[in-house]
Parts: sequence; structure tokens; C-alpha cells
Amino acid sequence: MNDASLPMFGPNIDPGPSFVDLLRRVAPHDLPGAGGGSSSSSDAAAITHGTTVLAIRYDAGVVMAGDRRATSGMTIASRRMEKVFPADDHSGVAIAGAAGPSMDMVRLFQVQLEHYEKIEGDRLSLEGKANQLAQLVKANLPAAMQGFVVVPLFAGYDERRDRGRVFSYDAAGGKYEETDFQAHGSGGVHARNWIKATWREGLTADDAANLALRALFAAADEDAATGGPDLVRRIFPTVAVIESDGYRALPDDEIERRADAVVGGREEGAGL
Amino acid sequence: MSMPFYVSPEQVMKDRADYARKGIARGRSLVALECAAGIVIVAENPSRTLFKISEIYDRIAFAGVGKYNEFEMLKIAGVRHADLKGFNYSREDVTARSLANAYAQTLGQVFTHEMKPYEVEILVAQVGDQPEDDELFHILYDGTVMDEERFTVLGGQAESIAGVLEGRYEAGLDLTGALRLGVSVLSGPDGASLTASQLEVAMLERAPGGRAFRRIKNIELEQLLST
Repeated sequence: MNDASLPMFGPNIDPGPSFVDLLRRVAPHDLPGAGGGSSSSSDAAAITHGTTVLAIRYDAGVVMAGDRRATSGMTIASRRMEKVFPADDHSGVAIAGAAGPSMDMVRLFQVQLEHYEKIEGDRLSLEGKANQLAQLVKANLPAAMQGFVVVPLFAGYDERRDRGRVFSYDAAGGKYEETDFQAHGSGGVHARNWIKATWREGLTADDAANLALRALFAAADEDAATGGPDLVRRIFPTVAVIESDGYRALPDDEIERRADAVVGGREEGAGL
Repeated sequence: MSMPFYVSPEQVMKDRADYARKGIARGRSLVALECAAGIVIVAENPSRTLFKISEIYDRIAFAGVGKYNEFEMLKIAGVRHADLKGFNYSREDVTARSLANAYAQTLGQVFTHEMKPYEVEILVAQVGDQPEDDELFHILYDGTVMDEERFTVLGGQAESIAGVLEGRYEAGLDLTGALRLGVSVLSGPDGASLTASQLEVAMLERAPGGRAFRRIKNIELEQLLST
């Protein structure tokens, strides 16, 4: 697109409030997943992967959390990767899978939601946002077939129903609403088992944040690709709380304090 | 075959300008004022849903007077321009100046080449970290861009309102002060002041990071006007 000109369309080809459709119209090569190319399985091993993320619903909202490790085959590619992002004021998205396409997808998703809001003068419903993300995951299917799988978790506070909701996706764009919690990624199964054993109705935000950290620790304990709290470098998992007043990422010192309280002293008794 | 009458280019341009000005003069005016809290934009608009003032990007707002469908179309084009640019480069690279230039190009092009010019006047405002960094671009129906300071007035009665503002505006106004000044000059010298239900008010907040645009409406607006 020429920077100096305004993107204007006739009524027949107007992309409406969708930023993805707009991009498809004016700069299709900028769409994530465009171009593609062939990939062998040895290439796939060299792709950077984000690992464990989770979302837990509680009484007043949802907590999302993710570890900070990214791996490339057997190598640690990053110790400080962020995997939990705000999608807009009242929702968040967490990514597991191929790091590059995941980041692209999050960025496009964030712009898509904001673009809709500005063009329409109104926000999408939470369900609407979840469906938009499903379309982005689905558009990534050809890349997923080549090993660039992206499986996000989406969670938010539904302002029309006054409660937190959690959605998970499969690589083909299938969207599944979870009743209470979900965890994805290489350590997801361990995290999920821990949550399953501990989750109950009536959790507070405090309980849920602690449970998230505990579950990530359990995943890091069993899964080589999931990073635990790094006390030497002072790197801690990302935790975000989404309630009626919006998305809030917990500050590092608070997470450090919680991690210490939740994990410290439990190693012996828990058999870990 | 009949020959078209010769009309001088000066006459064509004058006719078009008159036509656009007449359309704009039918609508109501709008003012934007820089103040300590940010940029306040006040418009007379009885509708709760058809807005004259909108968010474009993090620190950029749009306002239009004249024909609704035309400035709404320009608003949408502006949002698209800004979002595409922010997606391709970075959020910091989206500026009011480049957007104002794009609007000027489009309006100028339409004014000289199309059957009928747009009957609109638009404002592109960008809030800065300091009041000195604020930017107000006032763009006319023919693509003329004016880079204004302190305040700007759009619409049919722009000149007379700007004259009044010139005498009453002072730097460093707070939000309430700027808002009341805006409402008072829009209300005109004679008759009652405009009430909250006749006004559309929005502001760009001078705060670090994120989306600065915020609508001031309902109870908040009534309180700011009444106390």
C-alpha cells in the first residue's frame, strides 16, 4: 500500500470492520502464514517452541499464566519469552507452539480486536473474539501441516454474562469452551493434572494465581521444555488476572513472593 | 452533437467551493482545545450513536463536521490507514501529520476530479507529552491543511467562534475549564447554554502509553458542566 494514500473501497469490496480482510485486500503478503514454503521434519525440530501455558477460571474472573522458556530442539532458545498477552482490555491470549507464527498471530489478533472496536464504535462480545481467534488459527493450518503448529488459549471476562470464560483451540482451528481450566504445551498435561486435583468452586483471585504458579512448577518438574522459577536470574512465570475491571499482569516482585510461598518448603512433603 | 458551454476553471472551482461551504454551514460547529489534561473536543450533537468525534489510534483522534456519511467514511479510512501503518511498522510510527497529509491528498483529489466535492471539514488531533507537543490539523473540503495551535474551530460559524475564543482562551486550563469554555463558545452569546444531552464530548488524555482517547458522557459530563 502507498503510505500517502487513504485505503478507500467501493461498497462491493469494502472489508468492513475486519482488519484481516483489509490486509488481505491491500497487502496479502503481510498476512501471517502467507508465502509458506516446504519444510522437512529436520527443519521443524529447529523451530523455536514456546511451551506451557494455562488458564484457570475462578469466582470473579480468570487467571492466565505461562512459563518463560522457549526451546529449539534440545536447546534452550530463550529464558525470558513472554507467552501471555492482553488481547484487549478484558481478555488475554496465551500461546504454545511455534514461537514465530504465534507472535504474529497474537499481534494480528490484537489489532483485529482494536480495529473492530474503532470502526464499529462498539466492542465484540467475548464469544465473538474467541471465534475471531479460531479463524486465525484455522488460517494457519497449512503452516501447521509443515510443523508450525500454534495452539493458543483465550480467556477473558464476559461483561455481558458477568463471569470469566476460557477457550482452547486445536491446530485446525477447532474452538472449545472449557468449563473451568485448561493447559497447553509440552508441560500442559502435568499442569492440567495438578489443577484438576486441586481446583474447586469458589476460588479467589489469590488462590487461582497461586494454583497457576503451583501447576507451572509441577510442569517444570516433569517436562524438560518447561522452565521453572529461575532464582539465579530472577526470572519468574508470567501471571495475568482478568476481572470486571480489566486485564492486569502481576508485577515480578509479587510473582516472586507468591512463587516463594507456594513452592518453597513443599518439595519434601509433596514428593517432588 | 451539442457543444458544452465553456466555463472558466476559476468559475468551476468557485462553484465547487461555494457548494461545499454551503453544505458545511448547514451543520453545527465543533471546537477542540488544548489544556493541561490533554485535548478536549466538544461538538453540538444531539445523537447518542452517530458520532462526530472518534478514536483513530493511540494518541490520535478524528472529528468531522458537515455531511455525516462523508466524514464517517473518512474516519474509517483514517482508522485503516493508521492500523495498517502501525501493523507494518510500529505503533510509534503512526503520526497525525502523515494522516493529515493523506486526508489532504484525498480531499484535494476529490475536490478537483470528482462530480461533487466532500461537504466536510475535519480535524486530526494528536496529544503529546507536553501541551507544546500537541498537534491540531484542521483540513478543509478542498484539501487545505492548517496546522493550528491552542485551539481550533470547525464548521459554519468557525470564524466568529474563533474570534470569541481568541479573547477567552488561556494556556494551562484544567479539564473542567476547557470543557466549559468550549461549551460556552458553542452556545453563542445569546440564549441558554447547551446541555449535556445536546453535546458530544471526547478527550485525548495526556497520560503515558496506551490509548489516550476517552468519551466524556452521561453523568460525568453533567457533573463537569454543573458543579
